[in-house]
Amino acid sequence: MKFVDEFRDSGKARALAVRIAALCEPGRQYKLMEVCGGHTHTIYKHGLQDYLPEQVTLVHGPGCPVCVIPMGRVDDAMAIASQPGVILTSFGDMMRVPGSDGSFFDAKARGSDIRMVYSPLDALKIARQNPDKHVVFMAIGFETTAPSTAMTVLRAAAEGLPNFSVFCNHVTIIPAIKAILDSPDLRLDGFIGPGHVSVVIGCRPYEFIARDHGKPVVVAGFEPLDILQSIYLLMLQLSRGQAVIENQYSRVVSLDGNPAALRAIGQTMELRPYFEWRGLGFISYSALKVRDAYARFDAEALFSVPGIRVADPTACQCGEVLKGVLKPWECKVFGTACTPETPIGTCMVSPEGACAAYYNYGRLTRRRVSEASAR
Amino acid sequence: MCLGIPGEVIEFLPGQADLAKVNVSGVKRVINVGLLAGDQIEPGDWVLIHVGFALSKIDETEAAATMRFLAAIGQAYEDELAALADSRIE
Ligand code: SF4
Repeated sequence: MKFVDEFRDSGKARALAVRIAALCEPGRQYKLMEVCGGHTHTIYKHGLQDYLPEQVTLVHGPGCPVCVIPMGRVDDAMAIASQPGVILTSFGDMMRVPGSDGSFFDAKARGSDIRMVYSPLDALKIARQNPDKHVVFMAIGFETTAPSTAMTVLRAAAEGLPNFSVFCNHVTIIPAIKAILDSPDLRLDGFIGPGHVSVVIGCRPYEFIARDHGKPVVVAGFEPLDILQSIYLLMLQLSRGQAVIENQYSRVVSLDGNPAALRAIGQTMELRPYFEWRGLGFISYSALKVRDAYARFDAEALFSVPGIRVADPTACQCGEVLKGVLKPWECKVFGTACTPETPIGTCMVSPEGACAAYYNYGRLTRRRVSEASAR
Repeated sequence: MCLGIPGEVIEFLPGQADLAKVNVSGVKRVINVGLLAGDQIEPGDWVLIHVGFALSKIDETEAAATMRFLAAIGQAYEDELAALADSRIE
């Protein structure tokens, strides 16, 4: 395989930084939100904030699927797992997310049969192999993982599998962006659009951001230079008073997304009237549930779940971090009571969470900057 | 989990049109390609894989770029690869 070295080229990064700086109007502050946790990761890992002029601040958004699962849903999943004959399956990322009585790992230690899987299709296989058990797949994620769950439900239906269901926690990115745009806490100037979510949904769903809110969006790839270039494109639009949707990641993302994936979601799932997001509260039409036509694969229809809303721990400020109002290190428990080993909030659990990304890399970057300026 | 990982298509499983064996950083596993219905996929093509499903066809250069992004992520990517290595969907 050939490697494209130009992406790593810090000379190019610096050239972009100069062009970005040249677009700043004197006295104006710019706040740009990267919606996707993968972008947050790249930004911290490569210290991209350091390439930007003081006037430009990157604000981290809610696009980390594990981070937005509320405690009540973790508790519900554990209640399902504690029923006799149930095997609960889940992605590895989910295992350490705290509920009000510990994480899945803790529930497993207490005797529940909870297993990590790579794919919902692995959960389906476990169901085939264990006909005397009922296998529940805890489905989480944005539009990147929802098609996989949808296809798995379709597969289960085609096979007539009687002992498989999905505990559906899929969320959709657009209502979260809307909630942030409507939030009075934060004035944003533009968005770095998520890369892999857009592979599925395409670029059109973002049009309202430009049309109704007058803010530019640039869908971006994950390399450091992709992100810097997207920032440059956003700044260029802002300097011209423009607001349109641009696609910096056209090598992977198309205007219309993946129609087969959207079809599979539409066939098996529908929007819930509302869903609670950790830290953000209830957001209307922001999550998916299994359609009634597939109710026999819907764990919520098969099992009674407590469905109780559990308040986040008082120390936890994930909501502010997810909305971009607080930087991770501004949370009172960051790095002391809350670390990746002993997470209080979800943003510390997933490597895509802002707190974990900052914990792992950000402090290094900050130290580097202060050392450099001391010299 | 949310990360798309690039894999190179090695072969299709006989009699199961939507399943293909791919090579992801040396890990060879079966994935579902049913969501790429519109694209012509052949052995040697690269696809972006999310939790066992190919979501888009990509070129080799993009595969390399994505791989570098993932390598930089470190542990999380290794965990994902380990999970993939344990996956048996066929
Ligand atoms: S440091 Fe912990 S509690 Fe505070 S916002 Fe981050 S994840 Fe939440």
